[in-house]
Amino acid sequence: MSRTITIRAMKYNPQSKLSKAHFAEYKVEETDGMTLFIALTKIRETLDADLSFDFVCRAGICGSCGMMVNGTPKLACRTLTKDYKDGVIQLMPMPAFKLIKDLSVDTGNWMNDMSKRVESWIHTNHKPDISKLETPMEPKLADETFELDRCIECGICVAACGTKLMRPNFIGAVGLNRVARFAMDPHDERTDEDFYELVGDDDGVFGCMSLVACEDNCPKHLPLQTKIAYMRRKLVALRK
Amino acid sequence: MNDLLEGFLGTSVEGKKSRVPAKLDYIQSATGLFLGLFMWGHMFFVSTILISKDFMNTITKMFEGSMFLSEPQPWIVSAIVLFVFAVFIVHAMLGMRKLPNTYRQYQAYKTHMGMMKHDDTTMWFTQAFTGFAMFFLGSAHLLMMTVKADEIGPYGSSERMYADVMWPFYLLLLLAVEFHGGIGLYRLCVKWGWFEGENVKESRKKLKKVKWAVTTFFLALGLLTLAAYVKIGYEYSNGHVDKFKPTAQVEVRIDQKVRA
Repeated sequence: MSRTITIRAMKYNPQSKLSKAHFAEYKVEETDGMTLFIALTKIRETLDADLSFDFVCRAGICGSCGMMVNGTPKLACRTLTKDYKDGVIQLMPMPAFKLIKDLSVDTGNWMNDMSKRVESWIHTNHKPDISKLETPMEPKLADETFELDRCIECGICVAACGTKLMRPNFIGAVGLNRVARFAMDPHDERTDEDFYELVGDDDGVFGCMSLVACEDNCPKHLPLQTKIAYMRRKLVALRK
Repeated sequence: MNDLLEGFLGTSVEGKKSRVPAKLDYIQSATGLFLGLFMWGHMFFVSTILISKDFMNTITKMFEGSMFLSEPQPWIVSAIVLFVFAVFIVHAMLGMRKLPNTYRQYQAYKTHMGMMKHDDTTMWFTQAFTGFAMFFLGSAHLLMMTVKADEIGPYGSSERMYADVMWPFYLLLLLAVEFHGGIGLYRLCVKWGWFEGENVKESRKKLKKVKWAVTTFFLALGLLTLAAYVKIGYEYSNGHVDKFKPTAQVEVRIDQKVRA
């Protein structure tokens, strides 16, 4: 039996001097298998054309539609409205990122900066010959390494992190996961000393307060806390 | 000169990051582990009062060196307390780095915690709050024990609780220690990846269950112990029982002389 759900979305345009932050309430007829993305699209098409939110793939792959759903960061396209028994869903933009408008935040530039900051690419002294196969690696290690590449840069681990909210320069689980990914990869010739230069401070791995919200909320179920612990052990063990 | 340049630049003259943050992180964990485990031992020792006054007295005298010295020396306890106090100060100093230090930081964390209702995020706030409380409660207790180590015992400790009306102070200290220590030891395991096992999520769930079981156990033991000292203190103060004197003991010396 269908029901009417209430979507309460934060509306605010920081670009406008006239805009004041407030919650707008929308009543939507719930349909079978309705996701938050579908509900928001319906709202924008029928109730409020001015409501801003991000999306691209609608399938949990692009990582664009992250938002705070009843206080918890989630992908709108993978959140079913039927899971909210009282039928009231409050939406806010993800904290820690620059607010563009309403539910839309700029994760793209943040992720780009993070990638540059942790030098998120293979470092090698050899000039790679792309006409040849890469040097093979142990299948188990390959699985563990490429598992970490499943990160979709949705920003949910960053929005879930209390440390990041208190300390804006903290690199976040996504950055530390990226470092761990390259530290594990035998194609990358960087040493632990090199990785220390990237994240060996209180804005990096030593700033993490092990709140585990990154891993508990990651929509791709990545072992984020495990990899942060791995990097911490590696970098603390360095002597000189 | 290099320190001056590093302090100014934030990196060494070779452009390298300092190793100090790694050391501080390690020392914070090491001191926390020491203090957490020490508190478990401490609780077992003070709770010996639940078995008997004599047993508690024997344990107290053991820490005063009764096993090696003919006359127990309370200064040995003072020295142990001073060492623990030093570790406590180092741990507090390093822990302070993690606390919110502006209103905005506090506000952002509090709002986030209230919104997200995530267990570990909330537990951290409890840990931070109890840690802050212990700056004062822990220091006061440690200072008292340093200067009045000779008064530790079935009578002195009970009188401190009841006649000196210190039981409310110790009730708060007990709550702060057990919550802070329990959460801290759990977080240490998560932080360094101890006991991760094959299934990390399952292991963490189990770890949290163990953490709460341990906290409940030590809180119950602590409350019973506190009640026991208050009861004994009440009885002494109201003249219901005589002041504590150790029950006569027979001590067999190596030279086979028997002393009563």
